[in-house]
This record gives sequence, C-alpha cells and structure tokens, in this order.
Amino acid sequence: MIEIANILIVVFLLIGAFLSLVAAFGVIRLPDVYTRNHAASKSATLGVMCILIGALLYFYFIDGYFNPRIVLGIVFIFLTSPVAGHLIGRAAYNSGVKLWDQSVRDDYKEVSEKKKKLAEKVSR
Amino acid sequence: MKTNDLILQTATKIVLFIIVLFSIYIFFAGHYTPGGGFVGGLLTAGAIILLLLAFDMKTVAKILPINYMTMTAVGLLFAIGTAAGSLLFNVPFLTHAFGDVHLPILGEMALHTATIFDLGVFLVVVGVTMTIIQTIGGDE
Repeated sequence: MIEIANILIVVFLLIGAFLSLVAAFGVIRLPDVYTRNHAASKSATLGVMCILIGALLYFYFIDGYFNPRIVLGIVFIFLTSPVAGHLIGRAAYNSGVKLWDQSVRDDYKEVSEKKKKLAEKVSR
Repeated sequence: MKTNDLILQTATKIVLFIIVLFSIYIFFAGHYTPGGGFVGGLLTAGAIILLLLAFDMKTVAKILPINYMTMTAVGLLFAIGTAAGSLLFNVPFLTHAFGDVHLPILGEMALHTATIFDLGVFLVVVGVTMTIIQTIGGDE
C-alpha cells in the first residue's frame, strides 16, 4: 500500500514539474503574446495542480493527515488561472498588441473596430 | 470603449466565497497554526478589492454599506476594551483570560479573550486597507 502511494506521489510530482518546465519553455520560445499566454495559462495551471495533488497524497498517505486547504487551493487555481489568462489576452488585444506575422486570420478584428468607431461617435 | 466583463464577474462571484471562507478560517486558526487577525483581515480586504475590480465602486458600496473609518474605530475600541477589561478584575493591563464555557447550541467551547483582541486587529486591518484603496481609487 505504501509503495503504491509512493509511486503515485512521485509520478504526480514529476508530471507537475515537467509541465511547469514545458510552460517555461513555451513562454521563452513562442513568438507572440497570445501563444505565450496560451502556454503559460494552460500548462502551468495543470503543472501546479499536479504538484498540489502530489503534496496532498504525500501528507495523506505518509503522515496520515488530510489537508483540506490543498483541495481548496487546487479548486482555486483551477478556477482563477484561466480567467487571468483570458483577461491578459483580452487586455493585450484591446491595447493593440500585434499578432504573430504568420497568423492566418483574425475574426475579432471587425467587431473590435466597429466597437471602437461606435465608442468614438458616443464620445463626440 | 465599453467592455464585456461577464467572465471576470462570474468568476469573482464564486471565488469571493472561497476567499472569505479562507480568511475566516485563518482568523480562527491563528491561535494554534500560522494566521491570525492581520492575515485574515488582509485576505478579507483582498476579497473586497476583487469585488471592486470586477464591479464598480457604487455597486460595491451598495452591496457592502460599510463606513470603513467607523470600522477602524470599532476595531480599536475592541482592542482597548479587552485590554482595559482586565483592570476590572484587579490584574495588570492586557492580561487575558481563558476558560471552557458551555454554550446553548455550540456545546463545550474553549474561549480566550485574545480572540476578541484579534477581532479588533482584524477590523482595523480591513478598515485601514479599504480606506486607503477607496481614497486612492475614488475620484470624488
């Protein structure tokens, strides 16, 4: 039983550390804000959640202590990190950050320009 | 340009309860584990600031009609009250009492007057933080 728990803990921690590393490489190597944001908000979220699950299992199986704060932390990160990614991406787009020069299409452009014109009319 | 904040507002509505719950937990756990009035107060202030970020100041003032200056004053009164209360029992200033009390619904409780002092710290921290944020953020 304790051996299975040990293996499970090690696997979760290693997966979490690996995903965090992938997120860091993604932030360095990807070309523009949006793809970097994509890497950071997805991969890092799952990485941190895996590490937290590993810590939860460690304290539960080895120390016999169930820590509800870690569960709350997992739920909290799962809820907030994608919202933060969404807000960063939208703030970048609205402040005029260019897409990667090899991007194929931009469906939001028309809507956003229409909105800007409407806002100018209202302000006049 | 008017923006659509639906995702932020919906996430705030759920996350707010987790933060407030955790701040109350940290406030009560302060005696035996890391935490206490200061951290709990800062977390509660953080929850209200998240509400301020997602909605505007008028809406938040409608949801929480609290005068934070009064809150600070009440917190200081709690602290000085528990400190001065010890003088009534002929012991030095700031001496705290501890006892097991039987309450009607909750049953056996270990109550300590340091919790009331901590509640004062909690109220002062929330009041001062929110006063600073609202003074900087408001344009009236």
